Amino acid sequence: MAELSFTDEELKEIDKIKAKFPTAKAATLQVLWVAQRKYGHVEPEVQNLVAETLDLPKSHVHGVASFYTQYYKEEQGKFVLDVCTCLSCQLCGGYEILHHIEDKLGIEAGETTEDGMFTVKEVECLGACGYAPMLQVTNGEYVNNLTKEKVDDLIENLKNGQKPEFESMDMPELEKRNQAAAE
Amino acid sequence: MAQDWKSFEPLLIPDIPNLQQIGVYEDNGGYNALKTILKDQGHWSRDHVIDEVKQANIRGRGGAGFNAGLKWSFMPDPDGGPRYLACNGDESEPGTFKDRKIFEYNPHLFIEGALIASYAMAIDNIYVYIRGEYISWVDMFQDAVDDAYEKGYLGENILGTDISIDMEITYGAGAYICGEETSMLESLEGKRGYPRVKPPFPAQKGLWGRPTTINNIETLANVPLVINNGADWYGDIGAEEHPGPVLYGISGHVNQPGVYEYASGVPVMDLINDVAGGIRGGKDLKAIIPGGSSTPPLRADQLEGVTMNSDSLKEAGSMMGTAGMVVMDEDTDMVDVLWRIAHFYHHESCGQCTPCREGTGWLEKVLLKIKNGEGEMKDLDLLLDVGNQMEGRTICALADAAVWPVRHTINRFRDEFEERCKKSVHAVA
Repeated sequence: MAELSFTDEELKEIDKIKAKFPTAKAATLQVLWVAQRKYGHVEPEVQNLVAETLDLPKSHVHGVASFYTQYYKEEQGKFVLDVCTCLSCQLCGGYEILHHIEDKLGIEAGETTEDGMFTVKEVECLGACGYAPMLQVTNGEYVNNLTKEKVDDLIENLKNGQKPEFESMDMPELEKRNQAAAE
Repeated sequence: MAQDWKSFEPLLIPDIPNLQQIGVYEDNGGYNALKTILKDQGHWSRDHVIDEVKQANIRGRGGAGFNAGLKWSFMPDPDGGPRYLACNGDESEPGTFKDRKIFEYNPHLFIEGALIASYAMAIDNIYVYIRGEYISWVDMFQDAVDDAYEKGYLGENILGTDISIDMEITYGAGAYICGEETSMLESLEGKRGYPRVKPPFPAQKGLWGRPTTINNIETLANVPLVINNGADWYGDIGAEEHPGPVLYGISGHVNQPGVYEYASGVPVMDLINDVAGGIRGGKDLKAIIPGGSSTPPLRADQLEGVTMNSDSLKEAGSMMGTAGMVVMDEDTDMVDVLWRIAHFYHHESCGQCTPCREGTGWLEKVLLKIKNGEGEMKDLDLLLDVGNQMEGRTICALADAAVWPVRHTINRFRDEFEERCKKSVHAVA
């Protein structure tokens, strides 16, 4: 890999992050995020860049990067589909959704498609239990209340470069109340 | 209480469009509690605020249910050095998805609560730690914080007083353990999320060795309500020993899952049938997990008269937890469910303490064996035995949280587990 470095703009962002905390070490998680957004992963060379930028031991940054699941320790597909199969998602068909995606893309959880387009993962609870089953696209948008059809559409759209829109958490309680008031 | 829960008007997430906008929040009485206190600091001394909150008995909404005001009173006297409020928005306990609602629908109520808490404890630095997966909500919440700075509620000389308080948002990167309070402090300090040995407690030595109080997001959102209306008013809402509004997260096999706000103490069966629209497909109820995956499951026949508050749930054999209730219908395979819960805790054990690191692995392995039809009757006792050797022997409560569902699911659905073992490949031998 070519020599890695942060741009001046990124260094400014990093300075802003450092200013939030009394120690440079405290910025480790956030600067790893900056690095991952830039490179798409935090392979060891990227971790070293973070360590040098913050003047911290490489071992510390490696320790942090390896502890947290959202940091990609190796290159991923262009889109990472994190499919939740935990408790509520399990009850509501999370595994059916996961297997449907695996079948559709011809890979198993943890693998990346040959064209480098998709990585599929089985993940732990994403805190969207009322919208199960659901998945998250590359540490970003939540896609809720999945059906096989919705998954098919999502994959087609992603292939065409169209990211899912933000889904607001609905307020069933308020909707109900408003309905009752209208009646 | 049980009769009139339906007439409750939401307080945390009231039905006001665009309440997340600071102007709308102000137009609806927002930041009045803070203004009241700052304008009359003679009456609203720091101790008075703490006493009022203590008397209101806001039970921590993150799962432990500790009196928030009492927690505040543990902070030592100011010594001129930094003091911190660390707000826990990590919510990663399966079944829990409520704080996100506050970030999206009423962020300023929480900010106001955090400011009042900081005033009461003479804190000048607030950190809000949000789980990394919630990045969309982190961005949303950042907008609210920026607005609060612009309007002079945050920053230097708040509303013209000599009080200055800063709020910084930071977020994790995927680790359930970071919802454990001392683990969250480690993560805030930029490290692996390893829970700390207590004592010293965070009030003595927290962030960077300085006095720190840790409160859940929903807990702090309750604070302005207490200041505006008084501890007595608050104490009259819902269940006596666990008062106030509660964000109930309901998921699983119900027709209308979601987060619903009612007073504490709503009957469990009413929550399922009236609030969440009953069981999907007209099926019968089999069991619930009342407040997040670590709280013991209750069979349908254990739910008569049980209400969502700590005393009632304790009597029934479970806990209030985060009030994130998971509902399971008659067709639910409890072996599968328990294996998945065990898988979760194994995956999320930080690995620091041997009984948890190894124990959660064995719980999962043995449950997988039973699930795959290779279990033997003695495996059930093995699971209970492993659990007994984990509980209470670790730095934090993750091991306990992993053991409780195993113990109680096996005890309460023993037939189902035995049945599976009897049908196993080893049963004939």
